[in-house]
Amino acid sequence: MSRPEDTLPPDLFYNDPESRKYTTSSRIQTIQSQMTHRALSLLSLTTSSLILDIGCGSGLSGEILSQPSTSGTPGGPHTWIGMDISSSMLGIALEKEVEGDLFLADAGQGVPFRPGTFDAAISISAIQWLCNAETSLDSPMGRLNRFFGGLYASLKRGGRAVCQFYPKNEAQKKMVSQAAVKAGFGAGLLEDDMGTKNAKTYLVLTVGGGEVGDGDITGVVRGMEGVDVLDERRRNARDGKRKRGEEVKGSKGWILRKKEQMERKGRVVKANSKYTGRKRRIQF
Amino acid sequence: MKLLTLNFLTCAIKTCKTSEASFPLHPRDAELEIVETDLNLPFLKNILPRLMWEEIRTIASELGLPDLPTTAPTREDLVENNAEVQASLQNQTAESAEPAVEEIPSQTAKDLHRILLETCIKDGKLVCGNCAHEYKVMEGVANFLLPGHLV
Repeated sequence: MSRPEDTLPPDLFYNDPESRKYTTSSRIQTIQSQMTHRALSLLSLTTSSLILDIGCGSGLSGEILSQPSTSGTPGGPHTWIGMDISSSMLGIALEKEVEGDLFLADAGQGVPFRPGTFDAAISISAIQWLCNAETSLDSPMGRLNRFFGGLYASLKRGGRAVCQFYPKNEAQKKMVSQAAVKAGFGAGLLEDDMGTKNAKTYLVLTVGGGEVGDGDITGVVRGMEGVDVLDERRRNARDGKRKRGEEVKGSKGWILRKKEQMERKGRVVKANSKYTGRKRRIQF
Repeated sequence: MKLLTLNFLTCAIKTCKTSEASFPLHPRDAELEIVETDLNLPFLKNILPRLMWEEIRTIASELGLPDLPTTAPTREDLVENNAEVQASLQNQTAESAEPAVEEIPSQTAKDLHRILLETCIKDGKLVCGNCAHEYKVMEGVANFLLPGHLV
């Protein structure tokens, strides 16, 4: 399957015909609305909030945010501010007269809002575009860091962000979540339809200081049906412990093993003593 | 672009982040329009503590809008108090136990809604007070794309 991210930068890829195709395709509309609803359930908003939509495009997800709570938007209607890099997409959003405010901006250049602005942030199929840098002055890591740094600052304490994205591979998934953690977020990846062609990855981010989930990212999905928690942190800690038990090159155990090996080969090896493998102290 | 959004926007340039003058952005040659929307009382209540009232006042005066009160309204100001009084009076006469649950937005809430959510900048420029960078606004969409050397 071809990835549009690899062909052109987003502002050029989503030109007028491509934007129209994207917005009018009923298949994309259904998938987008499903993913928006899923993201909203992860945000678990209770009251009418101010939401940032990163990569809002033609406002497919924004339309859902503006709906009242009776039409399936929890806590709605929300007020949202959308930013996107494609002017054609924003043109279509203007034609549709969406309710949110629109910005022509590159998320990889940061988020130009003052600290503590938003209750929540949502991003549907956008941040994989940040993993590509178009000029030699820029790098994917730099773009991700600026984006997550700006996002972290602009969210209020205890706020949440859910970013659905299509990672190219495991490395990209790791790069994105590490950039989020580096910015200060509590980050977790939620995968729907794991291992299938329709896999969807949601990066769930929390800003500390809130009362939700005991400050732990797994608290976000607590009480949700059909979600298995796979704690990478614990696994990494366990792996770390095993590594510590392993033989370190240059240690006494390693030296004894090597000497034994050499002896078996028939080499002349000095006898072992209590001084074997000890550090030579500086002595006068 | 709503005036509410303008109350949260800062200059996108990195060197301006530390300067206090980068907020708020000052509108210039702005063409305003009124877009009617439904009043959303829970939202107003939610957003009220986060507003920077002094900046709203400066922007309103820069845009030539009527003067706003010097102090920010509180959450209590947004709800019609008379409604409660009337409801309690009705309760006394009718002897019904349940008071009216529905909150009625006051004139303050209506004014706030008018200025923050219905007044929009259609065309014009936003100027940073620190670096004097101009962000163009066209048909309500502000252009915050920066050339590479400013990021």
